Amino acid sequence: MKKKVMTVDDSRTMRDMVSFTLRGAGYEVVEAADGQQAMTAIATTKVDLVITDLNMPVMDGLTLIRRLRAIPAHRTLPILMLTTEADESKKSEGRAAGATGWIVKPFNPDKLVSVVQKVCG
Amino acid sequence: MDDLSRFKQTYFDESAELLAVAEAGLLRLAPGEIDMDEVNAIFRAVHSIKGGGGAFGFNDLVAFAHEFETVMDGVRNAEIPVTTRLVDTLIRANDVLARLLAHAADETEAPAGTTDDTVTALRRFLGRAEEPADEPAIPPPATLHPDDEDDEAGIFGDALAAIQAARDDPPPPPISGATPDGKIRWTIVFRPKAELLLSGNEPTYMLRALRRLGEAEVVCHLDKLPSLRDLDAELLHLSWTVTLLADPQVDRARIDDVFEFVADDCDIRISAEAPPPAVIPPAEPAPVFQTAPVPTAPAAPPSTPAATTSGSAKPGDGAKRTNGAAAGGDHAGPATHTIRVDLDKIDRLVNMVGEMVITQAMIAEHLRDLPPGQFQELLEGLESLAQHTRELRESVMSIRAQPVSSVFSRMPRLVRECAAVTGKEVMLVTTGETTEVDKTVVENLVDPLTHMIRNSIDHGLEGPEERERVGKPRAGTVHLSAAHRSGRIVIEVTDDGRGINRAKVLSKAIEKGLVQPGSSLSDEEIDNLIFLPGFSTADQVSNLSGRGVGMDVVRRNISSLGGRIGVYSTPGEGSRFVLSLPLTLAVLDGMVISVGEERFVLPLTNIVESLRPKPADLHGLVNKCDVMMARGEYVRLVHLHRLFGIPKAIDDATRGLVVLVETEDGSRLGLVVDEVLGQQQVVIKSLEANFRRLDGVAAATILGDGRVALILDVAGLREMSRHGGGANASGGATPPSPSLPAPADRSDQRQRQTV
Amino acid sequence: MSSSTAIAPVSSRTDLQSAGAANGSEEQYVTFTVGSEEYGVNILAVREIRGWTPESRLPNLPDYVRGVINLRGIIIPIFDLRARFGGGPTQVTKRHVVVVMQVGERTRGILVDAISDILAIGHDAIKPPPDVDSGLIDAEYLSGLYTAENRMVTLLNVGKLFAGEHVDQDAVPRAALETT
Repeated sequence: MKKKVMTVDDSRTMRDMVSFTLRGAGYEVVEAADGQQAMTAIATTKVDLVITDLNMPVMDGLTLIRRLRAIPAHRTLPILMLTTEADESKKSEGRAAGATGWIVKPFNPDKLVSVVQKVCG
Repeated sequence: MDDLSRFKQTYFDESAELLAVAEAGLLRLAPGEIDMDEVNAIFRAVHSIKGGGGAFGFNDLVAFAHEFETVMDGVRNAEIPVTTRLVDTLIRANDVLARLLAHAADETEAPAGTTDDTVTALRRFLGRAEEPADEPAIPPPATLHPDDEDDEAGIFGDALAAIQAARDDPPPPPISGATPDGKIRWTIVFRPKAELLLSGNEPTYMLRALRRLGEAEVVCHLDKLPSLRDLDAELLHLSWTVTLLADPQVDRARIDDVFEFVADDCDIRISAEAPPPAVIPPAEPAPVFQTAPVPTAPAAPPSTPAATTSGSAKPGDGAKRTNGAAAGGDHAGPATHTIRVDLDKIDRLVNMVGEMVITQAMIAEHLRDLPPGQFQELLEGLESLAQHTRELRESVMSIRAQPVSSVFSRMPRLVRECAAVTGKEVMLVTTGETTEVDKTVVENLVDPLTHMIRNSIDHGLEGPEERERVGKPRAGTVHLSAAHRSGRIVIEVTDDGRGINRAKVLSKAIEKGLVQPGSSLSDEEIDNLIFLPGFSTADQVSNLSGRGVGMDVVRRNISSLGGRIGVYSTPGEGSRFVLSLPLTLAVLDGMVISVGEERFVLPLTNIVESLRPKPADLHGLVNKCDVMMARGEYVRLVHLHRLFGIPKAIDDATRGLVVLVETEDGSRLGLVVDEVLGQQQVVIKSLEANFRRLDGVAAATILGDGRVALILDVAGLREMSRHGGGANASGGATPPSPSLPAPADRSDQRQRQTV
Repeated sequence: MSSSTAIAPVSSRTDLQSAGAANGSEEQYVTFTVGSEEYGVNILAVREIRGWTPESRLPNLPDYVRGVINLRGIIIPIFDLRARFGGGPTQVTKRHVVVVMQVGERTRGILVDAISDILAIGHDAIKPPPDVDSGLIDAEYLSGLYTAENRMVTLLNVGKLFAGEHVDQDAVPRAALETT
């Protein structure tokens, strides 16, 4: 069965690119434009991985991570955050919130796929 | 190229929307009350345009958006005050951005100097106005990022070209079949913290990632695995040693990268060595890695260098040493016939056998639908699989079995203490100490036995003077015995004391409201009143027994283990407490029966036979209570559907089936059911973990189709039927007192009404 | 291509406003319907939402104790919310839904008609339950009322809703029978 990945990003372009790359690698992808949408979708759809941008309207990425981790069923759900190279503080903030790992921008599709495989097979 | 243009179109569409958002926001922006949400939205809009632009290599656009975004960030952080001039500049910047986007969409170059003035104006707000305005407005992309904290330009780098590459070229398959010549052997010891899973990291995938780097041999260490009872599924108790044969181009960084996200949450040791070509002939090492580390695992903690050592040794050496380790070392002298095995490993084994039992039942369930006579071999195979599973289960259980002596041996001390406190003289006799029973049962015996023995000494035995007066030896005797009886363990505590004072028990029970005044109870029923909650209180409190726990707690503990307890007493001669328990608490052999649309499991140990009575075998007794003649004996019939209120069931025993069951104390009962579906092993699952105990139900299980079935408690059913329990019970009719008593269960009836 | 599943809310003014309200003591509630009524429970207590699968009945219990189901190897009870509120047992169809909740140490499912929404509700927006005659409504398990657009959502305290059924009269050690 295909693994299902949710990409959470307010940029449609970003979502498209993540979707396209991961679909090419055999994943099913669902999209959400912010943390709130992601929460809603996850309550009713089982996903195997969440990839979230940090800077988003309505509900930002860190809040999304914290909320997901507060739900028992999602305590071990892999969550990757998108972060920029120099952003060590965001990285540790994300880890503290419960992020599984991070994808450093800019990244190429190979890197994206390999990181995704590393956390959700 | 199609893909590229599609992304571009998305990008331009989205950017147009974002520009509109930014513009609308900027037009509302004015000195004074600043709506931070508005500012954030503008920032995000510019930020997104920049980020996407980077992916397509729109460098001039990215460079400009970066300037714009930097100022917005300053506004966002309240470092740049909002002034009319600022707003004007920002609106101008938005226009410039729109123009740059338009050029990018048309694939034309923006005229040189398009951005110059605006960039200068923007920089002025950053306190960088002194910088020359004629500085190249379009810095080369390489100098754009380095010292920049929040730069998303070029997020995808050569993304699009690489996307194409990734689609054409799936990730390289694992290196296989290559000779180990020129390979490097890595030993990776990976000990994650227990909380690793809670960050969403999954070690399996990391191990899989290692496998992609070369030929990997993975050894899992179970030494930290707690017992099943203490196991928290969200905590990780495993660690691994991976021996990886990889090409030289796989460097340390590639391996480190696998553990990138967990480096802080685990202990990782990575060591490498190239094989000495002279010692290891080609194609030899691989088998070494497969055999050598496995036996090492239980003995050597992975943090010791043992794994590395054995891996680097010559094939012969490695095998020899590990054999030695498993046997307890070469110095251990002659081989013994026992080995020490970690209990946790056995628990895992028991668990797996349980799962296997369910799987086997599932296969059997599916095969039942096959046309008969066609798959004879398959059915025979399944039959022997069932047989093997049963034997496997028994073997595994026998590993866990312990003699009850570990509990019995604690009792002499207890007896001494009790004797000292009460001033009585007591002799303890034990028999059957070597009787074996599952360790979980042994562990659960300590408390009930302690209490029963205290009770016997405290309430049962007389003082020495009183004993002499009635012609008994001064010292009382407490006899503790254990024996196997029809697949269960039966433990008895017998004393030669005064027996239960029935008059006193009855009046106390009436006083406590446990029994209606004027009820006529049999001797056995009176004796069993002592198991009622709330009975042993007040003036019964003594130094020993009355510590807030009475025999009711003992009975509850016993029944929670699927056991029963009863008391038999003769005034003046003493009392005998009989307790019976299953030999294991994990799996049982059961008969699946159906009643209406429900299915139940009857423990096989309770079943005598099942039969379809002829009308002549059935008799009515007093009110509605049916009895049946079976094997020359009258047994009481209990209609399960009446007791449980199950609709659409067969009421006429001659059209359904009667399952003749026997409780531990030997009394028989005929259960009227619709059908007997077959015999199978079932894994005992708790109903109480998420719900609560129910009358007549011992536990639950999961059948082959995934549905839940209740495991019936035969003695409990008898109690229910006797006391008119059940949904359709018409009350009244107290059946004739059975030959052998069992604990009264009225407390539960009483409580149910208050629920 | 795939962007149809998501909306870009940055373009919407109302979303920006709700972002402001998202701060403070706001909690998420899963709301569902039973008949024409809408109820909500705190999302933190919800473990999963699953379609209806046939239950195994338990004997001699009130009709709101629907039975037990197998939830990946553990056995959990299912409570019928309609029956609990006196509406009689639900006639289940494939479209009915079980909300699996964690209540203290116990996992249990409640049978409802359908999931309707996930709402972020600020603490201030929750009104106390009306002071009704305690004989009419057992207000113990009502934690408050919330008005979403024109609907009234009754927020439930699930711990209290089935208090009678999860307080184990027999305080036996549970560990004894647990094997998996």
